[in-house]
Amino acid sequence: MTYATFAATLLAPELPCPAGLRAWNGADPAARLAVHRNNVVSSLIDAVADTFPVVQELVGEEFFRAMASVFVRQHPPRSRVLAHYGAEFAAFVDGFAPARGVPYLADVARLERARVLAYHAADADPLTAEMLGVAMSSGEELGRLQLVCHPSTSVVVSEYAIVSLWAAHQGEGDLSAIDVALPESALVVRPGLDVLVLRLPPGAARFVIALQAGAGLAEAAALATEVAAEVVAGEAADFDLPRALALLMSHGALASVHFPRSHSQ
Amino acid sequence: MAAQLDNEQPARTVSTLSTLPGLRAKLAAPSGGCLPARSGVSLKPAHFRRVLETCPDIGFFEVHAENYMVAGGPFHHFLGRIREQHPLSLHGVGLSIGAEDPLDEAHLDRLDALIKRYEPASFSEHLAWSSHGEVFFNDLLPVPYERATLNRVCDHVDRVQERLHRQMLLENPSTYLEFEASTMDEASFLNEVIQRTGCGLLLDVNNVHVSCVNHGRDALAYISSLRLDAVGEIHLAGFATDRDAAGAPLLIDTHGSPVDEAVWSLYAAVLARTGPTPTLLERDNDLPSLATLLAEARHAEDLMLAAFESQGRGLCGGCS
Repeated sequence: MTYATFAATLLAPELPCPAGLRAWNGADPAARLAVHRNNVVSSLIDAVADTFPVVQELVGEEFFRAMASVFVRQHPPRSRVLAHYGAEFAAFVDGFAPARGVPYLADVARLERARVLAYHAADADPLTAEMLGVAMSSGEELGRLQLVCHPSTSVVVSEYAIVSLWAAHQGEGDLSAIDVALPESALVVRPGLDVLVLRLPPGAARFVIALQAGAGLAEAAALATEVAAEVVAGEAADFDLPRALALLMSHGALASVHFPRSHSQ
Repeated sequence: MAAQLDNEQPARTVSTLSTLPGLRAKLAAPSGGCLPARSGVSLKPAHFRRVLETCPDIGFFEVHAENYMVAGGPFHHFLGRIREQHPLSLHGVGLSIGAEDPLDEAHLDRLDALIKRYEPASFSEHLAWSSHGEVFFNDLLPVPYERATLNRVCDHVDRVQERLHRQMLLENPSTYLEFEASTMDEASFLNEVIQRTGCGLLLDVNNVHVSCVNHGRDALAYISSLRLDAVGEIHLAGFATDRDAAGAPLLIDTHGSPVDEAVWSLYAAVLARTGPTPTLLERDNDLPSLATLLAEARHAEDLMLAAFESQGRGLCGGCS
């Protein structure tokens, strides 16, 4: 027996029990190896289930565990820290043929993964109105202002009503009244100990994504305005910058503000 | 049994501890920054708030190191506050000391950072492997007991103690399989690692019971052959019962049920040899109320005191 052959059998039920293993009573060691095979796969499925509880509720426990067992064999953890496990799950769900009948499933998985990342993200004090006020009255060109998101902040954009679906599974709202085909974007943030999931207008979602890519205030607002102007569900909307800033700041989604150093000096 | 209590209040039975407060104080006195010779319980997120609200009278809490290898958030928030109230044992489950590959230095760095942050009284890991190549299996896998493996485990334990600037405790495993390649028994293997590296022993009494039943061995004889002077901590936990291919009992180390009577008996036998020793009630699955865990911990402390009174010998305290 080598470590490599033992390791290979853990995730491959079709492989035979490696040679060199034995039991005191002469019993077939395969049944004993099965304890480890089961520990590995079921503990990893449990880890996936912990991260994606609403995905599990949407498809049922039996389907979920069958899907997750395929996932853990294709994508076993590369990290010893299981809080990081599951980065590939949403993309896996996207390509998992038996789940095609639930087209929003992968985006709900993205939202749930974003929640776990937010839960364990670095702590930071939120940006205050005073800090923003000081920056805005500094005499610098406002459009170049850089807003830095809180480390826990992320946005999940979807063609489906993922925020409404997720909220309904927390007991908020009526699941049967949701039009799943209505696009929604989620803001995920953890200003204190609790992770928040909020519905963001398309323009505001684009705004946050632009900020996180390093865009200054003017550029981010321009990109947001473009997206807001697109007709969604028969209506076009304006991007309301003050309102978006107020929303982000009131939920602790921004952490700091500064002007880029390069040509302000 | 006390462990069946499921209300939220700690059991208030008449015990040697409550009748002899002076003795409790003696048990609680740690010597030199090690765990107190009392009982502790696993700290789980579901109990964070309850622990902070009630500040239970408990010897220590133990956490899995890997769960706290995250940047921020509630885990650090609560552990930091609970650490202000209680001694801490840091128990690793992912270092893979028994692996064929070299130790993961980045993981040692993460352990070092946690130890600097929380100053745990103890750091422990397993005689097992949990990774091979790039894959982490999230299970404690068995090692063959032969020279090449022994040398590698000793090298790894040396490196851990060097990197973390402290003695570590190595836990005896629960096993289901034996290797044809093994040339020595488990106790001899562990004793030699202890001898060569100076590490301590985390004696998991449930693992002793599980492994001895699974391999048709005498648990008391196994315990007698171990370096009990090196025991720095004891683990107690529950197991599940299955059958192997020949119909023989196969016990599975699940940490998902109360401590079995057979394990309590073995524990009392160990205490008669070691004296009071820091003891963790380890629970990871089917988590009961905090009160239930505390009642089990109290039972362990009663057994510790009984051993102390009958022996009148010095306290082990986990530091030798």
